[in-house]
Amino acid sequence: MVPTTYYIVLSAILFGLGIVAFVFKRNIITLFMAIELMLNAVNLAFVAFSRALGKPNGEVFVLFVIVVAAAEAAVGLGIIILTARNRRSLNVERANLLKL
Amino acid sequence: MTASLVIFFVLAALAVLGAVSLILQRHPIHSALSLIVVMVALAGLYLLLGSEFVAAVQIIVYGGAIMVLFVFVIMLLNDGEEERTNFSKLATFAGIPLAVAIAGFIGAAILSSSSTLPAATANGSLTSSKTLSMLIFTDFVYPFELTSFLILVAILGAIVLAQREN
Amino acid sequence: MPILENLWIILLLPLIGSAINGLFGSKWPNRIVTSVALGSTGLSFLCALEAVREFLANGQQPFRKEFFDWIVAYNDLRIGFDLQMDQLTVIMLLVVTGVGFLIHIYATGYMSHEGGYYRFFSYLNLFMFFMLILVLAANYVLLFVGWEGVGLCSYLLIGFYFLKKSASDAGKKAFIVNRIGDFGFMLGMFLLFRTFHSLDFQTVFAAAAQPSVAHEAMGQFGTLTVACLLLFVGATGKSAQIPLYVWLPDAMEGPTPVSALIHAATMVTAGVYMVARSHILFTHAPTAMYVVAIIGCATAFFAATIGLVQSDIKKVLAYSTVSQLGYMFLACGVGAFGAGIFHLMTHAFFKALLFLSAGSVIHAMGGEQDMWKMGGLSSKIKVTFACMLAGTIAITGFPPFAGFFSKDAILFGAYNSEPGGKILYGVGLLAAIFTSFYMFRLIYLTFFGPKHYDEHKVHVHESPKSMTVPLMILALLSLVGGWFALPSFWGGTNYFADFLAPIFGADEVVGAEAAAAHQLELILSGVAVAAALLGLIVAWRMYGKGAKEGTSTGLHKILYNKYYVDEIYQAAIVGPLVWLSTNVFWKVVDEGAIDGTVNGVAYGAEAVGDRVRQTQSGNTRSYAVWVVIGAILVFGIIFWPVLRPVFSGSVTGGVR
Repeated sequence: MVPTTYYIVLSAILFGLGIVAFVFKRNIITLFMAIELMLNAVNLAFVAFSRALGKPNGEVFVLFVIVVAAAEAAVGLGIIILTARNRRSLNVERANLLKL
Repeated sequence: MTASLVIFFVLAALAVLGAVSLILQRHPIHSALSLIVVMVALAGLYLLLGSEFVAAVQIIVYGGAIMVLFVFVIMLLNDGEEERTNFSKLATFAGIPLAVAIAGFIGAAILSSSSTLPAATANGSLTSSKTLSMLIFTDFVYPFELTSFLILVAILGAIVLAQREN
Repeated sequence: MPILENLWIILLLPLIGSAINGLFGSKWPNRIVTSVALGSTGLSFLCALEAVREFLANGQQPFRKEFFDWIVAYNDLRIGFDLQMDQLTVIMLLVVTGVGFLIHIYATGYMSHEGGYYRFFSYLNLFMFFMLILVLAANYVLLFVGWEGVGLCSYLLIGFYFLKKSASDAGKKAFIVNRIGDFGFMLGMFLLFRTFHSLDFQTVFAAAAQPSVAHEAMGQFGTLTVACLLLFVGATGKSAQIPLYVWLPDAMEGPTPVSALIHAATMVTAGVYMVARSHILFTHAPTAMYVVAIIGCATAFFAATIGLVQSDIKKVLAYSTVSQLGYMFLACGVGAFGAGIFHLMTHAFFKALLFLSAGSVIHAMGGEQDMWKMGGLSSKIKVTFACMLAGTIAITGFPPFAGFFSKDAILFGAYNSEPGGKILYGVGLLAAIFTSFYMFRLIYLTFFGPKHYDEHKVHVHESPKSMTVPLMILALLSLVGGWFALPSFWGGTNYFADFLAPIFGADEVVGAEAAAAHQLELILSGVAVAAALLGLIVAWRMYGKGAKEGTSTGLHKILYNKYYVDEIYQAAIVGPLVWLSTNVFWKVVDEGAIDGTVNGVAYGAEAVGDRVRQTQSGNTRSYAVWVVIGAILVFGIIFWPVLRPVFSGSVTGGVR
């Protein structure tokens, strides 16, 4: 019997780690992976709550999240490929043309 | 210590280690592989929670499609190890504290309401695919159709992006 | 159409004339401007006559009509455009329109060669409009509108030659000093409103006459006393009494018709009219009446002393006006309101005559105003001389001219008043002696003696008919004007007092019908005539055969420099105020605080913008941090009720 709280804490930890990754990594693909990590943390929370409340609604939502994440990853990576070809660098800090 | 608790802690440790590894690795391919580890661990956790369908979808779609896509792109844009640039002072100093803060907030919010959470999970029953599909195709049919539309849009977008410049 | 029902016609005609001349007159030749100005004023005079005739035909019933509501506010503030007609209004109306019309005619001749002819008549007609509002008003606020309006026209007309600095300064001085008086007037009005909850004459006077209100908080320093004193402050400003008389001598910078109309016959009498109109209030505030009498008497004496040594012909007449106004206030102060109004009327006649004659002299001398540069003009400008002589005889109080009757009534009233009436009488008599002296001095210096001017440079000529005919009419009025109020000891009827009896009846201090009073009056009249003769003789001895302007020393110097009052005011009041305005209000408040605040806000916005700009670093990672910060904030706000127990240490439920 694993209490629901444990799952939720784990979800929070993973989410925090995702944020750390997002702030500290410089490669743009790695940033995307951090986003995926955050989404996964949220998915875990959804499923845990769904089980705790006894309704499958949470799991349905997880499915939708996965679908959207997939679509987003596809398009996002396509954009990254195009821009990386132009700028020849995947370092997000090099993309500072908007600096005042 | 029941078995499920042990399994939970193992899988949780695996997930956390994978996430930490994602942060600490310098080459993006290693980060991708770490993320796959996290996905698999999470799939295991879903199974522990009795959501077999979601676990399967996690492995197939996330692990088998999305991460493969990531790996392909990394290999395509072989940029090598990450540069050690550090232009943003704000990010350097504020990053970890903020992450701790947000995690703490979330955790605190949840913990303070844990008294209202029903007692634990994993009473051994599985959520059947039948139940899920009943829900999808009746209550959630509208979002379902919308997501199919979304995928269509994504395909179109990917095709447009992949066109060669003429 | 009955004029009485439509009293506003009398007001409107000069206003229309003013507007037409003001808007279109600059393109017109003098003839057309003249006809518009004279036409409007003349028609106004005819309408006034008609209104008076209707009033008399109605059995002299006081008439009051409300035309429209002007200000309606709160519970009980209702100020309307109400006009009224009663016996006092009749006198004032006829004086204003009649003498005004005569002076308009005179001005067409006097100003014919001046630039800005149309502007002059536009202002003059505007003045008539406001003065008529003042006279016809049936409540204090409408009177105040006229009061302020004539002040404005006075400013415009004094500064008519606005390119001359002394003239524009004089205009400013007149307006500002008037304003000080107006402040007192306004405070008085506020106090009256607070006490009586109305500012209509009818309501206020009726309420004041009732014993309950009259004796409520009265006494030495009751509400009514304070209100009357405040109103009187306004009167000192408008009617040039101590301490606010200083603008009137300077106002001689304006053209002579202006001096005649505004600063002799009509505007300066507005204060006297106001006090006479409020006589019910004043009689219930004996302290205020006493103050009025004392100030009037003091001013009469004070101004007469200054007039003794002046060398500018118009300045002598100006101080004479101040002095005569003092007599009018003395009359009101001792309760002889009818005598005061009577003197107002006769003074309008002979002072206008004197000013216009002086203008004629100045015109003849080609603009010279210094009496020491005149002399021996009696044979050259005979008509002017005759008229001026008539005016002088009238003002000094020789019978049968008008001044004798009016001044006599005042001095008699003063003698009989309590307390200290004898002192008031004595000072008034001294002032009468001085009046006679300086007026005859003026005559001798100007018209007799050797010529002090160069015949070849100055071509002395008589004035045109447009100027001399009004002079003659006014001279006639100065002669017969007094015959309305023959004193009882002569066996005549005092028509004037009888006419005004319905208004002043309860308060008029008329000579009692006792034989002893008759005898007293006879004696006092004789003394007055003797005083006038004394002044004449002394002046003849000193100036009759020609005199030289000596050096000014000692007492003469003090008098010549008007007791240095202007300099005292400048040092004590004006100087510090200007210093305060410059150094405190300008530098500290305006530049420092207000500009500082506005500039500070701009500076602050700039500084804030500068700091905020630095968040736009173009660096994705810092943007990510901002996103996280924002997320934490939003989360915190939304979940605060839930999170508070956590932070206060009472976490319910723990890890299970």
